[in-house]
Amino acid sequence: MSLLEIEGLTVAFRRTGGGEVAVVEELSLALAPGEILGLVGESGCGKSVTARSILRLLPSPPARILAGSIRFAGQEVLALNAAALRALRGGSVAMVFQEPMTSLNPTLSIGFQIDEALRLHGMASRRQRRERVQELLRLVGIGAADWRLAQYPFELSGGLRQRVMIAIALANGPRLLIADEPTTALDVTIQAQILELLGQLRRELGMAILLISHDLQMVAEFCDRVAVMYAGRIVEEAPAQQLFEQPRHPYTAGLLAARPSLAGGRGRLVTIPGQVPPPGRRPAGCAFHTRCPRVLPRCAAERPPLEANVACWSPVP
Amino acid sequence: MTALLAVENLSTRFRLKRGGGEIRALHRVSFTVAAGQTLGVVGESGSGKSTLARSILRLVEAREGRVLFDGEDLLALDAARLRQRRRDLQMIFQDPFASLDPRFSVRRLLEEPLMVHGLGDRAARQRRVAELLQQVGLDPGAAEHYPHEFSGGQRQRIGIARAVALNPRVIVADEPVSALDVSIQAQILNLLMDLRDRLQLTYLFISHDLAVVRAIADRVAVMYLGEIVEWAPAEALYRQPRHPYSEALLSAVPDPARRGRRIVLQGELPSPDRPPAGCPFHTRCPKVMAHCANEPPPEVELGTAEAPHRVRCHLYGDRVPGSVQASQPLYSRA
Repeated sequence: MSLLEIEGLTVAFRRTGGGEVAVVEELSLALAPGEILGLVGESGCGKSVTARSILRLLPSPPARILAGSIRFAGQEVLALNAAALRALRGGSVAMVFQEPMTSLNPTLSIGFQIDEALRLHGMASRRQRRERVQELLRLVGIGAADWRLAQYPFELSGGLRQRVMIAIALANGPRLLIADEPTTALDVTIQAQILELLGQLRRELGMAILLISHDLQMVAEFCDRVAVMYAGRIVEEAPAQQLFEQPRHPYTAGLLAARPSLAGGRGRLVTIPGQVPPPGRRPAGCAFHTRCPRVLPRCAAERPPLEANVACWSPVP
Repeated sequence: MTALLAVENLSTRFRLKRGGGEIRALHRVSFTVAAGQTLGVVGESGSGKSTLARSILRLVEAREGRVLFDGEDLLALDAARLRQRRRDLQMIFQDPFASLDPRFSVRRLLEEPLMVHGLGDRAARQRRVAELLQQVGLDPGAAEHYPHEFSGGQRQRIGIARAVALNPRVIVADEPVSALDVSIQAQILNLLMDLRDRLQLTYLFISHDLAVVRAIADRVAVMYLGEIVEWAPAEALYRQPRHPYSEALLSAVPDPARRGRRIVLQGELPSPDRPPAGCPFHTRCPKVMAHCANEPPPEVELGTAEAPHRVRCHLYGDRVPGSVQASQPLYSRA
């Protein structure tokens, strides 16, 4: 059975000029226990909105979930009351964001903030909490020295802050970790450390990870399965290796080809012409058809369904 | 081939406000760039790559060293001569929005450098603006619009048009595609390569992204804590990096084809106000040897006079004979 099951999710935002515009449209995905699923796409594709919808973190207004269902461990998240939602957040489902500096409280020591996560989820014994904080710090590779616990976020490097965020996320033994661009603000050698840590935590704790990223290469290397989003919809979903070696959707193929690689030589790159259409100005039919090198007449008229891993009338053979 | 730009022993320090200490932002940096070539400068945050760009253009003053442009030391020029010379060296920034005045139309933004240098009459400037827009792939109508009306990629095109407006010979590009989505990155990189060939430009291309540098650079300088630890032809560096830091940095780049063979460096970049003694990388180096902690490594030439390949590392120094083969791979693998 799936741990997380999203079906037909449609999320709209209120526009300043009036009216609503759909940002995520009819999105479905499923995540098995212990699985790492990558959700990738360029700016504005709706990947972060999807991630935040799972824990209902989007401010409403302006955001509104128009349709769909989000089931976690069989339970409908969209039907939860405020108390049940609080227990879920930071409990069975935890989230890590791109910029730990804005998610950590700058005026509280990191020891206090990890302890707080345990306290809020009902761990009453102070001694028990202290032991668990030490355990969490060891788990994320910080080392459980007391002086570390007394430090404030500004005293830590970006990599260490992200480790603290992960420690807080792990505090209550989540079954699902949602990581939204967790390494985007980090240097590449620190990114390698954090990814290694996440992979190790998945192995040791059996936790599932939904990794949101713009970096298709990183996701394809790190994840079991990858879903590619374009203009609010999943256009392709496949096991990571297969997606990387044999992309079927012209957008996936274009993204992979446009990114220079270390093994590739010097010289001009393959490009996808034009730019991503903003929500509200997405073309009819397949939203990619205006930029697609394999476009057919029907692509402008009929939206292709996601079938056999790809939503395309003219997939790459 | 003679060098259009030659940087010799350039060092820049910043004084700390508190405690009277100093940050060693740039330390004994030397390299050359031949006309029409692109030098990629790679490194992580705090490695000094942006300080290098700013020191060359004298946006910050270096402590010592020389920056020879066409044989003339830019660091020795007086203000008037420097202003003249700056026409030849222009800069492209990471965030074009921050570098373009939002109150000015694109026409005004592109005309401004021409007016500052007293070039052309009104009609000639108009023609030049149209020509610049065409060169960077923007619609002629873009001239009447304002920066906020453009997407990130289009804004970077405006930034590039502004940089080439005065027909410079050298362009220093500091993370020019880092803020852009992948599909737009490729468009801008292609534009930069086209302009380089068409206008015979010489680039100093600064980036944290080794894959991007692979596509555009002829030679690459790898920086760590203010020093160039390796300076090599791009082909050679990407095929066989010689400095352990270059090796780790390349290995950290995500690559789905590799899956699980990677050098993961332990620890983090030391603070530049307290750089380690000896080799700056020795605290994280998987191949560290006893004397790396005490003695600054020599700069060793592994290439030829035509294609220099220099490494600052004790592994290649004369103190440890045969060390390249003898050294044990100590790094942890993920």
